[in-house]
Parts: sequence; C-alpha cells; structure tokens
Amino acid sequence: MPKNRAVLIDQIIKQTMRICAFSSLFFLFLIFLFILIEGLPLFYRVGVGNIIAGFKWAPTKGAFGIFPMIVSSFLVTIGALILGAPLGLACAVYLAEYAGKKKKLFLKPALELLAGIPSVVYGFLGVIYIVPLIRTYCGGSGFSLLAAAIVLGVMILPTVISISYDALMSVPRTYREGSLAMGATKWQTTYRVVIPAASSGILASFILGMGRAIGETMAVIMVAGNALRIPGSILDPLRTLTSNIALELAYASGDHRLGLFSTGVVLLIIIMILNYLANFVIRQKVIK
Amino acid sequence: MQTCALSTRQLNLWYGLFHALKNVDFCVYANAITALIGPSGCGKSTLLRCFNRMNDLIDDVIIKGSIHVEGRDLSTIDIIELRRSVGMVFQRPNPFPFSIYDNLVYGLQTHGIAKKCYPDIVERCLRAVDLWDDLKDRLHKPALELSEEMKQRLCIARVLTIEPRIILLDEPCSALDPIATMKIEELMIELKERYTILIVTHNMQQAARVSDYTGFMLLGELVEFGETSRIFTSPSDERTEGYITGRFG
Ligand SMILES: Nc1ncnc2c1ncn2[C@@H]1O[C@H](COP(=O)(O)OP(=O)(O)OP(=O)(O)O)[C@@H](O)[C@H]1O
Ligand SMILES: [Mg+2]
Repeated sequence: MPKNRAVLIDQIIKQTMRICAFSSLFFLFLIFLFILIEGLPLFYRVGVGNIIAGFKWAPTKGAFGIFPMIVSSFLVTIGALILGAPLGLACAVYLAEYAGKKKKLFLKPALELLAGIPSVVYGFLGVIYIVPLIRTYCGGSGFSLLAAAIVLGVMILPTVISISYDALMSVPRTYREGSLAMGATKWQTTYRVVIPAASSGILASFILGMGRAIGETMAVIMVAGNALRIPGSILDPLRTLTSNIALELAYASGDHRLGLFSTGVVLLIIIMILNYLANFVIRQKVIK
Repeated sequence: MQTCALSTRQLNLWYGLFHALKNVDFCVYANAITALIGPSGCGKSTLLRCFNRMNDLIDDVIIKGSIHVEGRDLSTIDIIELRRSVGMVFQRPNPFPFSIYDNLVYGLQTHGIAKKCYPDIVERCLRAVDLWDDLKDRLHKPALELSEEMKQRLCIARVLTIEPRIILLDEPCSALDPIATMKIEELMIELKERYTILIVTHNMQQAARVSDYTGFMLLGELVEFGETSRIFTSPSDERTEGYITGRFG
C-alpha cells in the first residue's frame, strides 16, 4: 500500500527532524549546566563581589578579581561599535536603497565571505598591519585597545550589515513612495523615513554586533596585548574575559581552573543579556 | 473652454516590452474633479503616476509623447517642484510610523518651511479634512493607531500641507468601508473649490457621484472622455457603454 508507506516515511522524517531540533536545545542546556556546575562554587566560596568587582587576578594566590577584564571587554566592544556600527549601517543603507541589482549580486556574497573568514586571519592581519601602524603613528607598543577595536569593528560588519539590511528591506515600499511623492529627495526619504522606520532592527543589529564582539577571542588575543589592568588610554593593552579563558585554560588546575569557569559564567550572562535585549527591541516594534 | 491643469498628447508608456499606455490624449480641467474608470490592469494608475513622475521609480519604463502640467512641459519642471505642486494620495493609507504631528510637518521640513508656521498649517490642514476636532488633543500619538479612514484623511491633510494645486488620488477609498468612503467623497467635493483633482476609481457609482469629468480606459487606451453626466447617460463608444452597464469589467 504505497499511500500508507508515504505516510509512514513522512512520520519518520518528521520525528527525526524533531529530535534534531530538540537536540540543539539539549546541547545548549548541557553547556549551561557544565559551566554553572564548574563556575558557581567559586562564586559561593570567594564571594560574588570579590570576583566581579575584584581588581586583582592572581588565581594561584586566591585572588579571582575579573573587574578589569569586564571593563576591558566592554571597552573593546564599544570601540568596535563606534567604528563598525556607522560603517555597517552605511553599507546596509547603500545595499538596501541605492545599489542596483547588479551591484547587490556582487556585494552580498562578498559580505558573506567577510563573515566566513576565520578570526585568526583577522588577528593575523591586525598584528601585521594595524599594530605597527599604531606603534608608528600613535606611540605605545601598538598592542592596544585601539588595535582590538579596529579589528573587531571590521569583524562585526557582517552582523551589523545583514541585520540592518533586513530591517531596511522590510520597510514598506509605500512609506518611500509617500515621502517621494511629497517632493522629498531620495536621501531625505532614506534618513527621515526609512531609517527611523527600521530603527528597531538597526538597533538590534548593533546589539547583536556587540554580542559578536564581546565573544570574539582569537583575534583579540593577538592584537590586544593582554595586560591585566584597566587600560588608561586607547593605546594601552588590555585583556578581555574571553582572552583570559583562552590564554590560561591550557595550564590551569584546581581553583585556577574554577576561576576561569567563573569568568565563563560572567561572559555567558552578558551574552544572554545582549541577546535578550536584541529580541526585546525587535519585539517592541512588532507590537507597535 | 476651460484650461487643462494636466494634459497628455500621444502618450505611450512601456513597462519593458509591455505596452501599458497607448496614444493617450487626456486633459484634466482645473478646479474640477476628473475620474478615471476602467477594468483592473487597464493603466489607470500608470497614467496617474505619469503626472508626478512616480513611474520613474520603476526600472525599464519607457515614456513617449508629451505631458503638460499647468501648461508647462513636464520635462522642463524640476522634479521636487513638480511633486510639490502635484500631490498624491495612495490606495492604501500610508502615514509614516511617526506621530500625527510629525506626519503633517514632514513635507514642511523637507521643503525648509519656517518652524513657526507649523502649528497654523497643521491646524488648517486638519480642519480641511475635518480631523481637527478629533485629533487636536492627541497630535503626538502615533499615526498608525488611527482608524483606516482617519489615516486616509491624515494622508490627504499631509498632502495639503505642502500646498499642491493638483491632487492625484489612486483609489483612495478602496481600503475603506461605505460610510468612510462617503465622508471622503464629501471631502473631495469640498476640496475641488481650491484644488484640481484627478481620481482613479474602480467604483463607477463613486465616479458618478463625485466627478465632473470622466475618462474610461481599456487595455491602455483612453476610450472615451467627457462630462460625467454624458458618459454615464449617453456614451458614444460601445465599449464604454458595455462597461458602464456592467457587461464586462
Ligand atoms: N512595474 C510594472 N512592471 C510591469 N508591468 C506593470 C508594472 N506596473 C503595472 N504594470 C502593468 O501595467 C498594466 C497597467 O497597470 P496599472 O497599475 O496602471 O493598472 P490599473 O488600471 O491601475 O489597475 P488596478 O485597477 O488593478 O489598479 C497592468 O497590466 C500591469 O500588470
Ligand atoms: Mg491601480
């Protein structure tokens, strides 16, 4: 009975798909579970304040303060945003409003390629070109907040561009027509109607770009200098939360290792907050 | 004879290879309401959009023939100036996702009109569309929260702010219920004293009710044009008669 067989196959496929979909949820749960199991005891023992607000990171001597790294992570992220967000938005606006079909056909894949380049390559180029440039023209060692912000600024472009682009493209054509028919120029229409109408999506793209920047590890380790203090200027080296884990995990043991897991817990919470914010901003719009 | 506010001569338009307007000779008399009727896809919107060059937004449109706006050749008029004097109201109300007030001052800002004039202009234009009493206390509420009819009125008010002399309306009532439609029709009749109005409509009763002149289009041609009373009582072309009596369309 071919009909019954088709139904059966359909069912099997459906169930398989469901298992796959739920397994990703399961992995997420596992990741959380392990990080929390390993990371939380130290918070309990040393005290949340001593870890989050502590200035001294000397895990072999019982000091687990990661405050400088939290600050550094945010500084790098904000720096990346200052450089990457305007550029990314400009690219998205160009793609959505100005580029003809042919230009889009070649720009979109280029962007996807940008997203696909491994972060070690970004870090490598940063070390070879950006660090020496900063050393020569601005002073210092070159391994600095500025170098990390520049590299990350480029790395968040694909995120900012693709999400902003989607937001701009979902602005109804009738808004544009309404504006143009009033005698507004293309640019007036773009910045006074289209961008405001897409503002929540654009904001979400910035927040997700921040998430991307704060989670980036390899490229940052390579160009940031990794010093254990709050940078006093944009030319000072710094160490982010992610760098801390990656740099020390290989040789850490005992409480040191737990300290790195605690760093991971803080990182996880920051990323969750950013993702929640992005979703919140997007949802707000839908309700309106 | 009255003067033509808008006119075309031997107007042809192609969307790529598709011949959408064929040798259209058309005239919209000043300070009157002219209606364009015809079955779906016959080119009514296309003809309407020629007058404020909205067809420019579409790729591979080819336009041949001449168009005159208030006696001037369209090609000699600056596009910003043109769109300021020829306003347009769309089929679906399309207020911007801003406050009511910001919608109304949008055109004023784009055209660099002094800020101190805004309150007067906003009030005058809202009064003209009979919304002032309803909205004067909630000008800073989002325009998207209004009813469809109010949105469409707001869009008409928004067009009035930039003081066009000619208003194009593309099926302005098709998203509205009969009562709202009636109110918009009354509004149009009020407005014709000061404005020249060209309206596209699917609805023959509407054309008969509001317009002074009617053009009937079919497959890209302007089949017949004349006073509304004559078109609806004694059309000279049998295709017009067929459409009006409901034999096709
Ligand atoms: N952008 C476009 N590209 C190609 N063809 C188009 C385009 N816009 C309209 N057309 C075609 O041109 C013809 C006329 O379209 P138009 O929108 O002017 O018709 P209409 O009389 O306004 O119809 P309706 O009553 O449905 O609004 C239609 O056959 C339509 O398919
Ligand atoms: Mg139409």
